[in-house]
Amino acid sequence: MNEKTGSSEQQLEAAEYQELINKIRPRHTFLKNAILAFLVGGSICLIGQLILQIYTGQGLEQQQAQAATSATMVFLGAFLTGIGVYDQIGKYGGAGSIVPITGFANSIVAPAMEARREGFVFGIGAKMFTIAGPVLVYGFLISVLIGISYFLLR
Amino acid sequence: MGQKLGRQSFRFTKPPVIAAAANIVGPMEGDGPLAVQFDWIMDDILFGEPTWERAESKMLRESAKLALRKINWQPQEIDFFLAGDLLNQITSANFAARGIEAPFLGLFGACSTFTEAIMVGSMLIDGGFAARVLVASGSHHNTAERQFRFPIEQGVQRPPFAQWTVTGSGALALADQGEGPVVTVGTAGKVVDLGISDPNNMGAAMAPAAADTLISHFQDTGTAPADYDLILTGDLGTVGSDTLKDLMRMQGYLLEGNYCDCGTLIYDLARQDVHAGGSGCGCSSVVFTGSIWKQLNEGRYRKVLLAATGALMSSTSSQQGETIPGIAHVVVVESR
Repeated sequence: MNEKTGSSEQQLEAAEYQELINKIRPRHTFLKNAILAFLVGGSICLIGQLILQIYTGQGLEQQQAQAATSATMVFLGAFLTGIGVYDQIGKYGGAGSIVPITGFANSIVAPAMEARREGFVFGIGAKMFTIAGPVLVYGFLISVLIGISYFLLR
Repeated sequence: MGQKLGRQSFRFTKPPVIAAAANIVGPMEGDGPLAVQFDWIMDDILFGEPTWERAESKMLRESAKLALRKINWQPQEIDFFLAGDLLNQITSANFAARGIEAPFLGLFGACSTFTEAIMVGSMLIDGGFAARVLVASGSHHNTAERQFRFPIEQGVQRPPFAQWTVTGSGALALADQGEGPVVTVGTAGKVVDLGISDPNNMGAAMAPAAADTLISHFQDTGTAPADYDLILTGDLGTVGSDTLKDLMRMQGYLLEGNYCDCGTLIYDLARQDVHAGGSGCGCSSVVFTGSIWKQLNEGRYRKVLLAATGALMSSTSSQQGETIPGIAHVVVVESR
């Protein structure tokens, strides 16, 4: 028996190794994550709803109030990112704080804050959409596709 | 002149002396269980600099200078300065070398850089090419997160097996003579890749390389794990060390009470929310220069095996779906 067969008998295959890792690796705590995401995401939406009620209560039209609410929520998300709070919310909230519009604001402000040191053009300008960019690109793409299908099927 | 042992190992015939050790750590490491062992704990993560990258470079430079000050060496008396870090083009080490007037060799072995540097430095001394060598390696949590993962303020959840990059830098002064623990044996590791591609699961990516180098080391030197007071891996974390123990057991080597990992020592895993433990070039360097070197110096440990482990990927290679090659280099340090 040559040396190579000797060693390959002892050598783990990638598939076997992945199996071993799956056994050792701690599990994601799916239930806890889901509950926290529900609570945090729900709270953000509740705050949004309250702001909407206030705006409509002050006499804004429903559509204007909705736009103003989105703008306020984006501001809050960006502000909490700026003072270093939103990443802490995200740590516990997970999807609950990523999916609402505040999470979108977070994903633009967070890279922008770091990129400031690389200047305004190739730093902030180029890098602020590194995370939100794909959301925008595919969001626009889907909106166009839906628009075309709506036009054809109407 | 050194003596080659087996395929990958070598014994130093004039074992280089580790004359001094110094380190600087970040605030979070300074809040951990090894706090009293560190020379310098930074008040803030920027270390008085405008950027994290500059802070990382300053840590490297200052830890190297601190090692020199401890034994009254001048930079002009250093034959080689060997250093490395995790950032692209190892800029932190390169920039730190601007402040150290000595011939400089930049090294990259990801988080294995510390033992790579000790090994190469010892070879230079034992080979007669140098009398005094300064080695250093460091990492910074924020620069590493930026480069390899997400922006710091991004609200993302880290998986339970993720590791926390250590902010810190450790430096050693190696000499051909003098007082202190000595580097007796080195084993250079091969690159090993068992197909892990998740950049959050570094421990799993590096454990096969650690097992490969450790087994080569034991075979080359005719030793067993029980021959060492302490076997210390660099930054496998909890997942990686459990995996390593399993891999070693399959090959007939038991890592028991004398085995530990720097990544699990540097933080209080229950309190500090670092998931699977520490990682980074600074992890093994600050634990070794802080705690282990002192205990070797005081004779509490007589023979320590240090195996720093590195994950050799880039953010580009990860995005292109490449698997993560691992590497581990071993040095054996003995007290006299």
